[in-house]
Amino acid sequence: MDPIVVISGLEKVYAGGHRALKSVDLEIRRGEIFALLGPNGAGKTTLIGIVCGLVRPSGGQVTVDGHDILRDYRRTRSRIGLVPQELSTEMFETVHATVSFSRGLFGKRRNPAFVEQVLRDLSLWDKRDSKVLTLSGGMKRRVLIAKALVHEPEVLFLDEPTAGVDVELRRDMWAMVRRLRDRGVTIILTTHYIEEAEEMADRIGVINGGEIVLVEETKVLMRKLGRTSVTIGLTQALPAVPAGFGEGVLSLSDDGLTLTALLGGEEDAHDTGVAELLKGLGAQGIDVRTINMDRSSLEDIFVDLVGKRA
Amino acid sequence: MNLPAIRAIYLYEMGRTWRTLFQSIASPVLSTSLYFIVFGAAIGSRVDTVDGIPYGAFIVPGLIMLTLLTESISNASFGIYLPKFTGTIYELLSAPVSVGEALLGYVGAAATKSVILGVIIMATARLFVPYELAHPLAVAVFLPLTAITFSLFGFILGVWADGFEKLQVVPLMIVTPLAFLGGTFYSISMLPPLWQTITLFNPVVYLVSGMRWAFYGHADVDPWISFGMTFGFMVLCVATIVWIFRTGYRLRT
Repeated sequence: MDPIVVISGLEKVYAGGHRALKSVDLEIRRGEIFALLGPNGAGKTTLIGIVCGLVRPSGGQVTVDGHDILRDYRRTRSRIGLVPQELSTEMFETVHATVSFSRGLFGKRRNPAFVEQVLRDLSLWDKRDSKVLTLSGGMKRRVLIAKALVHEPEVLFLDEPTAGVDVELRRDMWAMVRRLRDRGVTIILTTHYIEEAEEMADRIGVINGGEIVLVEETKVLMRKLGRTSVTIGLTQALPAVPAGFGEGVLSLSDDGLTLTALLGGEEDAHDTGVAELLKGLGAQGIDVRTINMDRSSLEDIFVDLVGKRA
Repeated sequence: MNLPAIRAIYLYEMGRTWRTLFQSIASPVLSTSLYFIVFGAAIGSRVDTVDGIPYGAFIVPGLIMLTLLTESISNASFGIYLPKFTGTIYELLSAPVSVGEALLGYVGAAATKSVILGVIIMATARLFVPYELAHPLAVAVFLPLTAITFSLFGFILGVWADGFEKLQVVPLMIVTPLAFLGGTFYSISMLPPLWQTITLFNPVVYLVSGMRWAFYGHADVDPWISFGMTFGFMVLCVATIVWIFRTGYRLRT
């Protein structure tokens, strides 16, 4: 898949001397959902800000659909939609007026039918004549998304899209993001909810201290770095770790009644590994009383990655 | 050129005027009318003519300029400061909009409001004091030129200000005193020679004088100098704004 956003050697040093980005290289593929993860101050918002035109880069290059963001800013910005982290919108305007304003600002001719479609897609049509001030936090978030989508962008940046949003609305947003991806919109999101990235993203990038630590397909990342911990309760205490399961795979509790196995690999492989393990224990005459499986989440992987570099 | 963006910004800013009609239009018209009543009709009826013009009529051009200056600065500075304050500036900065297009939208709307206000005040003044326009075409030039120039200045102020106090301090502490000391209520020929010279460093003198010439064909300063000074200040403001957008001063980090 060809890249739509190409970032090469991107640097940002703020006036105070803080180096927020350190020679960042990153390619976002056309039509994917890309999740950018990182702790606070890692450089996520700076990176998004540079691509969108809010922050001036200190070095390097960014192209969007082959166009340089500085030399050809009209072409790049008209292709990008941004949903900021903060609920920043004109409070005294009506929903319809503020969304229509955004369409004009990005150089699109008036199109009431399209504006209506966007508002309906986001369940905002009934609120079109309400002032933004009167809406709930979740509805304001939808207004920001409508403003970002109303100029028909090819790339959508979502900076913490579900921060402070209730579970139902979060699920709605996930569904909306998938619909957008199905329509061909490339989506780049930052989130603190790692389950969100795991659930939605095709690929995941981890940024820490202004550097890209890792970029990987979500499934591959889980396979490479995911672990399943299997805790097996035994009917009779064992004197030692049973042989024949590979070095370091099994460990035995002090009382000899609990075996713990750490299995790597993707979900299917985990299941196969557990079945093989149980079969092997049975063959050695070891009776199993209980079994408990705990699969490591992306959060565990993320904490591990960021922690190692801290 | 991104015409839909210019249109969107312009209409949005004009929409804000209609939403706040009392604050934007009625309030300045009322306060200027009070000047006409107090200084023009009440006190003015007991004052002799100034440069051959009845005092009530003499102060009309200066009061129009005073309102035009303060309202142009206030409208334009608020127009750009408000998005900065609320955070909605991100949308303008991430949009495919050039400096010129942003200016046409924001400054165009602020200047339009001021010109509308100026025309209303001219009409209102006619209710209190009789006057005739000696050079209507010059009025038609000075009015929008001043409105545009000081809307540009207001735009710079709005970008520079990082709090509401700074937004207020320049119009109240600098512009209003300059307007009062710029010959709004008197002819600078009435001042001692030294003060006449010092007054010429006040840019508002040229605006008031130019407008007075347009009204009555008489001015303290040559009207071409007035026009040149106003135009020069406008060019300086445009250059400053181009610099602001190029460097991202107080807009982009």
